[in-house]
Amino acid sequence: MNNVEQALLADSHIDDAILSKTLNSMMGRQVNFADLYFQSSQHESWMLEDGIVKEGSYNMERGVGVRAISGEKTGFAYSDDISPFALQQAADAAKGIADSGKGAQVKAFKRQSPIKIYQTVEPLGSLTQEQKIDLLHQVEAHARQIDSRVSQVIVSLSGVYEKILVAASDGTYGTDIRPLVRLNCSVLVEENGKRERASGGGGARTDYSYFFESESNGSGQGKARYLTYAEEAVRQALVNLVAIDAPAGTFPVVLGAGWPGVLLHEAVGHGLEGDFNRKGSSAFSGKIGQQVTSTLCTIVDDGTLENRRGSVSIDDEGTPGQYNTLIEKGILKGYMQDKHNAELMGVKPTGNGRRESYAHLPMPRMTNTYMLAGESSPEDIIKSVKKGIYAPNFAGGQVDITSGKFVFTSSEAYLIEDGEITTPIKGATLIGSGPEAMKKVSMVGNDLKLDAGVGVCGKDGQSVPVGVGQPTLKIDEMTIGGTQ
Amino acid sequence: MSQAKQFSDPLIEQLDQVEARVAQVLELAKSLGADGAEVAMSRQQGLSVGTRLGEVENVEFTNDGALGITVYQQGRKGSASTADLSEKALAQAVEAAVNIAKYTSVDDCSGLADKALLAMQPIDLDLYHPKELSTEQAIEIAKECEQSALDSDTRITNSDGASLDCFSGFKVYGNSNGQLVGYPSSRHSLSCVVIAGSDDDMQRDYAYDVNRDFALLDSGISIGEKAASEVLSRLNPQKLSTRKVPVLFRADIANTIWGHLIAAISGGNLYRKSSFLLDAIGKDIFPDFLTIQERPHIKKALASSAFDSEGVLTQDRDIILDGALQTYLLTSYSARKLGLTTTGHAGGIHNWLVKDKNIQTKGSVNADFDAMLKTLGTGLLVTELMGQGVNVVNGDYSRGAAGFWVENGELAYPVSEITIAGNLTQMFNGIIAVGSDIDKHGSIATGSILIDEMQIAGQ
Repeated sequence: MNNVEQALLADSHIDDAILSKTLNSMMGRQVNFADLYFQSSQHESWMLEDGIVKEGSYNMERGVGVRAISGEKTGFAYSDDISPFALQQAADAAKGIADSGKGAQVKAFKRQSPIKIYQTVEPLGSLTQEQKIDLLHQVEAHARQIDSRVSQVIVSLSGVYEKILVAASDGTYGTDIRPLVRLNCSVLVEENGKRERASGGGGARTDYSYFFESESNGSGQGKARYLTYAEEAVRQALVNLVAIDAPAGTFPVVLGAGWPGVLLHEAVGHGLEGDFNRKGSSAFSGKIGQQVTSTLCTIVDDGTLENRRGSVSIDDEGTPGQYNTLIEKGILKGYMQDKHNAELMGVKPTGNGRRESYAHLPMPRMTNTYMLAGESSPEDIIKSVKKGIYAPNFAGGQVDITSGKFVFTSSEAYLIEDGEITTPIKGATLIGSGPEAMKKVSMVGNDLKLDAGVGVCGKDGQSVPVGVGQPTLKIDEMTIGGTQ
Repeated sequence: MSQAKQFSDPLIEQLDQVEARVAQVLELAKSLGADGAEVAMSRQQGLSVGTRLGEVENVEFTNDGALGITVYQQGRKGSASTADLSEKALAQAVEAAVNIAKYTSVDDCSGLADKALLAMQPIDLDLYHPKELSTEQAIEIAKECEQSALDSDTRITNSDGASLDCFSGFKVYGNSNGQLVGYPSSRHSLSCVVIAGSDDDMQRDYAYDVNRDFALLDSGISIGEKAASEVLSRLNPQKLSTRKVPVLFRADIANTIWGHLIAAISGGNLYRKSSFLLDAIGKDIFPDFLTIQERPHIKKALASSAFDSEGVLTQDRDIILDGALQTYLLTSYSARKLGLTTTGHAGGIHNWLVKDKNIQTKGSVNADFDAMLKTLGTGLLVTELMGQGVNVVNGDYSRGAAGFWVENGELAYPVSEITIAGNLTQMFNGIIAVGSDIDKHGSIATGSILIDEMQIAGQ
């Protein structure tokens, strides 16, 4: 027995026999699939502002979710009490979805040992409380000494330690320990009565030692990550202090490498989730095998990147995380699936069945979504634009998966004039139609970069951590929502 | 808990127990050395059903509880929360909060709300109207709603379904100043999302209603019909060319504009100097015909509450009077940072009513939706906004939009894939009129808003 089983089952007097009995009890109706999802999580956060540590909080969650599937129907109930009694009660409620009759056979549990994509470390205890406080102060001090125009600094640190166990009627039995840490620095800069705010930060599925390490490549070489977050926040805020109004209209747009991959998340990612495509409600529905982007684009969803924020050793249905090619040289290859939608569409699950917690139903969700590197140098891409926009940083985005319309909002952008990056422009929303915009990708850089580990994706009211990435790329035409 | 005694449902029977539990947790915090503590505990149970294309899709039983505690120790603060409400977990949460308070800094502004401001005997706002529905009944209601959308036009080609959600629960709040208050509430909603068109012109839209009292919900048939007419009206949208035009925000999205005002006058953004409305009390930030009142004690209303999340008594306030800002929205903490008194806004606003004084003279019929279109004349009607492109520090506004091009007061054609941009300072000042077509779905009752000019970006 591993320590997840100990904590989630044995301590609550639940064993294999009770799991099987509970699943079997649901099969007295026409249930084709049922699963039990046990979870416990501890979460802490600390916040420094005005030079003092103002807030600290600790949160605990623990519970079990029970799901019964009958054809396209899903019954779901959950309990914040993990006990044989509460488990049976939830099972009785969930199975009510199905008509009376006979369900599928419950298979014997197969304990899997998938490849661990992140270490089983416990982040909350990886620094002493004093060390956490000290880290917050160091980030602040660094931000303030960079530039005298920094008038306020807010630093926040958070860590999550989560254990999950899933047992299903198809014999799936898996456990996972998921650490997650995040550090953020937000600054306000002031000059001549003008103020701008910006932030820098990152995180990963590991412990707090991550912030003291340096990136192995790139410009921050040798410097601890927590220092680079402060520098990035100050740099962006100062850029925006001198930004002029953004233009309004349609222009060529060069997106920077890394976090601007939020483009892929919105413009194609959501539209390739299995549930929308099973229902035929996505702008990408029924287009497998067709060209849906320019031939320069190969886009993957990869849950197997070591320690990345969006990675999953197993997803929340027990399917191991996978490297899935979504689009290859412009051709749509496949959708992201959970078990339910995969079954209904006659394909295999892809390791994308994710849920916010035991109190939420799993759905097809992205993990780390990125575009593979192309051939062009980033310099050549910029040089190819006579008049356009260069946008290396974004605040977030949104998509209407049915019409394909998506937006994302720049937090750092510049004009490109005669092949050179010139004046910074204020944040503006860019809008396009996913399938159209992706066909207008005309250059793809050789500089693939992943984001710093800050992504949160919301769908149907459920939030999950995700990653994005891309090389520098050029879209020949996008609408920029400036004021000039 | 006099109100609770009138009911004999299992949820309400828990209320007294939970109050006792909250009192115990406060005692425990005190015994561990806290010189001040506050505890909030909630429970919610409910049923959500979803149907799609006439078949049941989901049945979910909700049953949530959570307890949050904040302790204060010589000016230091620590918080903890737990969704596990076992005695052991509650004790762990208190210990964790007390432990954290050993490491946070002394902050002169932190602490419980001033005792004199607390709602010791809150009034009953009639927020609890639980509805006993069997799963089958709930499914029938959702099916009927979706069916009315599917039946209304052959161009409705697909559906994302209808869903009915019925929740009821209670909140209890207590602190070491001797306050222990709680109330039950309910919330029911019915919604429908349908899809029209196909291939390269597929559109989705929705309609919904939400109410404390199930009996007051719009009928499923009318919600379905509304969803259908919304989505049909969006088919074959065009892009607009880049230009500056007057913009009418339809009533159902007009609350987003007031949402930006809320962010700009919230204490947290003000003491951080992160608002475009610093030092704006008494200043004319809107035209003089505009007034916004807050009325926290409207019976059955969605954003009614007798006290805020710090236990502070809520009260009627003018937010905007004749265009001028009357108050910030403060919590105890942000008030102390600003040298002011809390306004009872910990946890958000409580029922805003937006009023255009000119309606009294011209008559509400002359400010209904059609009249607002006439006043707009030729310009853009916005019915959907996308993205988060609003910067509350400097007021810059840039969002994705969809809606209709309006010519001479008549809808000409649907538009999509455009952005609208401006600056909130000018947008607030540039409000020409607010309609009498009040949307009552949320915490802000507002009509449509006409703004003199914004920049549209399109093809």
